[in-house]
Amino acid sequence: MRTWLTQHSRTLSSTVARLARAPVASLLNIGVIGIALALPVGLYVGLVNLQALARDLATEPQLSIFLTLDAARTDVARIEDRLRRHPGVRKFSHVPRDQALADLKASTGMGDIVGSLGRNPLPDAFVVDGGDSSPQTLERLRDEFSDWPKVGHVQLDSAWANRLAAALRLGRIAVLLLATLLAFALIAVTFNTIRLQILTQRQEIEVSKLIGATDPFIRRPFLYYGAVLGLAGGLAAWAIVWAVVLLLNHGLADLSQLYGTRLELRHLVATDSVSVLGFAAWLGWFGAWLSVGRHLAEIDPQ
Amino acid sequence: MIQFSKVYKRYPGGYEALRNVSFTIPDGEMTFVTGHSGAGKSTLLKLMTAIERPTSGSVVVNGQNVGALRPRAIPFLRRNFGLIFQDQKLLFDRNVFENVMLPLNINGYERREAARRVRAALDKVGLLGREKSNPITLSGGEQQRLAIARAIVHRPSILLADEPTANLDTDHANELGGLFKSFNQVGVTVVIATHDEHLTARLEPRLIALKNGELIAALPGDVP
Repeated sequence: MRTWLTQHSRTLSSTVARLARAPVASLLNIGVIGIALALPVGLYVGLVNLQALARDLATEPQLSIFLTLDAARTDVARIEDRLRRHPGVRKFSHVPRDQALADLKASTGMGDIVGSLGRNPLPDAFVVDGGDSSPQTLERLRDEFSDWPKVGHVQLDSAWANRLAAALRLGRIAVLLLATLLAFALIAVTFNTIRLQILTQRQEIEVSKLIGATDPFIRRPFLYYGAVLGLAGGLAAWAIVWAVVLLLNHGLADLSQLYGTRLELRHLVATDSVSVLGFAAWLGWFGAWLSVGRHLAEIDPQ
Repeated sequence: MIQFSKVYKRYPGGYEALRNVSFTIPDGEMTFVTGHSGAGKSTLLKLMTAIERPTSGSVVVNGQNVGALRPRAIPFLRRNFGLIFQDQKLLFDRNVFENVMLPLNINGYERREAARRVRAALDKVGLLGREKSNPITLSGGEQQRLAIARAIVHRPSILLADEPTANLDTDHANELGGLFKSFNQVGVTVVIATHDEHLTARLEPRLIALKNGELIAALPGDVP
């Protein structure tokens, strides 16, 4: 057991030493892996942020009922009455068309444009809270309200949230695909690096085999090298993403001040960070394992 | 103990390197395998260390049938040997000390104990002052002695050398002969493949003489 630990710790330290012996080549390798991993990781961070944003915005989905422009006061009153008696409506409010116009004038500074209009282009509207906010219920209500007389259009506020969720699902698949492709790239990079190392250490391997080294003993430093390379690449990717988020947050701070809100991108959470690093190390190890299995058998001492 | 019985070795392509070779090398013996080049000396050594397997017959080393060993067991067989190669196979990307350290790393020695043994082995071959040098800066004789230090550092029970004096002048060859003799005196079985008659005359070993792959004489040690 002690021997085993000694051998492993010795292999690890000599692996790090070997990386340090060729700093430029090592850094380039780590850079390639880091950038390749930073793409999917960065996209993932973006997705997580969008998801969080979507969750914040879509808390209370509402239905907006817009009447047709020719709806008279009596029509408005009739609809108001029907809504009051409808069992599926929890509460609702009426936005008269004049008030909507006044709000528009006041809020967006488009007073001149609105003032230049000959007549009010806005319809009467109702904002309705459904009894429960499940998409099915809301969609049923929307279909029902659409059939009422003098109703021009029913807008389900959660519709865009659903669309966003679908888009995010699509994004998730894209990230997954990208991650898979770039994982292959990472495996290829380590595979090739290890192949070159095996070639340059051919004689050492041959001698070691001749004087009684077991296959696991010969394989071990290469596997360690692959794993350490992957881990370092993962760290580089993590650092790149962290730096990008930091930079973007600087820009966002200015932007959100202008809009009077607070927007801030979140960094990778700890568990995700650990997963990224672990996955990168595993990929490096796997690439090395493939390479060693393939190239070590070719070296048979004569 | 190394025991060959009715060993044949045919290489792919039909070349027959050994034909019906049988002999026994008892523990603690100094044995020379002699013969012209192509007589089968190297093949004999390769069969002992499972680098090659016999086509038929059996090779038994320390009670193990080498020809029938599982690949997984071969490294452990090889740890019984100290090997000195014709081309030395030194590693020029590391210094003298690290070259000798290699077998101890493979055997999993603890670092301090390993360093002690490396120094002892280097001292034995007279290279203690050169431990930081790169082997490429050593002379031919020193390189050969370095190869010997690497072969004996893990205290093998059998020392195998393939033409150890091939590229050395007489003085260096004699020096080397003295080293082999001293290992033999502490109980190491020494097997040397050579056609160096001078060395043979000096060390008076047991002889295994080969000609065209056949054993022509296995003489007792008192006949040079």
